Amino acid sequence: MFHNILSQEVKGKKTPKAIPVTLSTRIRLARNLRQFPFPGRAEVSQKRAVLSQCIEALSGIKHLNDSISVEVDDLSELDRQILVEQHLISPELSQVDEGSGIVLSPDRSCCIMINEEDHLRIQVLRPGLDFNSVWKAADAVDSGIESAINYAYDCELGFLTACPTNLGTGMRASVMMHLPGLVMSKNMDKVINAVNQLGIAVRGLFGEGSDANGSIFQISNQQTLGESEVAIIDRLNTTLKSLVQQENNAREKLLQDDRTKLTDKMSRAIGILKTCHLMQSSEAMDLLSLVRLATDFGMLPEKFRGLADKMFIEIQPGHVQFSAGKSIEPSSRDELRAEVLRNHFARTPSLVLNS
Amino acid sequence: MKCHHCDKQATVHLTQILNGQMHKMDLCESCAQAKGVTNPENLSISSLMDKVELEVDTGGNSMVCESCGTTHQEFKKGGRLGCEACYHVFRPVLDPLLDGMHAGTKHLGKVPAGSVSRIKFERSVESLRGELSEAVEKEDFEKAAKLRDELRDLESKTKAKA
Repeated sequence: MFHNILSQEVKGKKTPKAIPVTLSTRIRLARNLRQFPFPGRAEVSQKRAVLSQCIEALSGIKHLNDSISVEVDDLSELDRQILVEQHLISPELSQVDEGSGIVLSPDRSCCIMINEEDHLRIQVLRPGLDFNSVWKAADAVDSGIESAINYAYDCELGFLTACPTNLGTGMRASVMMHLPGLVMSKNMDKVINAVNQLGIAVRGLFGEGSDANGSIFQISNQQTLGESEVAIIDRLNTTLKSLVQQENNAREKLLQDDRTKLTDKMSRAIGILKTCHLMQSSEAMDLLSLVRLATDFGMLPEKFRGLADKMFIEIQPGHVQFSAGKSIEPSSRDELRAEVLRNHFARTPSLVLNS
Repeated sequence: MKCHHCDKQATVHLTQILNGQMHKMDLCESCAQAKGVTNPENLSISSLMDKVELEVDTGGNSMVCESCGTTHQEFKKGGRLGCEACYHVFRPVLDPLLDGMHAGTKHLGKVPAGSVSRIKFERSVESLRGELSEAVEKEDFEKAAKLRDELRDLESKTKAKA
């Protein structure tokens, strides 16, 4: 089963240490093949032709040696859900019919969606904030594919995409940010409005239309045409730096103004995680967010940041169901989720408070 | 009342006045949310499109892409184009949209060098072939022979490169 592969720890690769505020960096490039209609307009036979051409082109790329390629059709509902929860594929791709596929690198840092909204969606994902290496990797995979395939490209308009909002570079660069300070101080709406003015979008954890559970937001460029990839990344980076600054200021202020209230919240979160017997995913997200925050304040050992990040994904419905090894009702899912969390947080120490 | 996009019960009723004409649309909650009409700050493509229609009466409603069959109406409704050729067909309605959507209207990013040179090659082969059949039709065999040699040259050069 595909999810067996996904549930394995990545071997032979040191996971970079989780850092405060920035969870992960991602770049996605949208590309289409010449002489085929875009997936939304294509017949199944045309999609199949695109799929096999893309898989062949990808098999020649060094970075993708030993990668897994599958057709979405061959995946169970649960496999698809797990891929969405790990942010490897979009919810849209998980819903498609025949002729779509996924190519996933062995370290899961690169996942290519074939026949989603565009023929190719090349994605590179890394923990922490690291646009440099993420762009380099995405660029290399893109060039590798392009050496074997003719892209739909126009000198003036750039890479042609199904939706004109992706036209030009076809690039969406994004960062997953943990912003509890701005949420608790009720400044998030102001921040969203301000960054929107700069052509930068703010979305929830699972992209378009999703909630911002756990105070996690996806920050990305809205515009793809009229600037180079590096210029887009630079501009996004400047905004991100200022967002990190604002988040840190908001946290400091909360600590100054409402220290007892805030530490009470974080302490209770740990209490609940240690003792719960029923837990919904949205509540779990908020509690884990407080654990991450307490770690950033130095009130919990560093390893709890990475644990919170791991749990953000493992408490999602698909992952909980997978850990049960069978299909379970939502109510037993809440019970199982509580058990998973209890086990992981059983030996959490009390918060270190030095004020 | 049914939703304009799916068969669900419509709960959101939109009335818009465009060019002095009243347009009504009934949507279910999920389609309304998907179109961004419940959030006025969310500028969806279709709302941008309506603006374009207000500003310039494009008269482009009859536009259709011959290559993939996408109509202007479909593009307006879904915001998606169907193929490469759509970008030429819908260019007149697309240009004002791009202006509001992006930082500029000219691509300044990566150039896929391989694709560009291969496309250029395909195009020159195509045009040579056209000229060749024209010459044959006109029984201008001298020119035809010259064009045939040029074509052969061009093709063998690329093969050597590959």
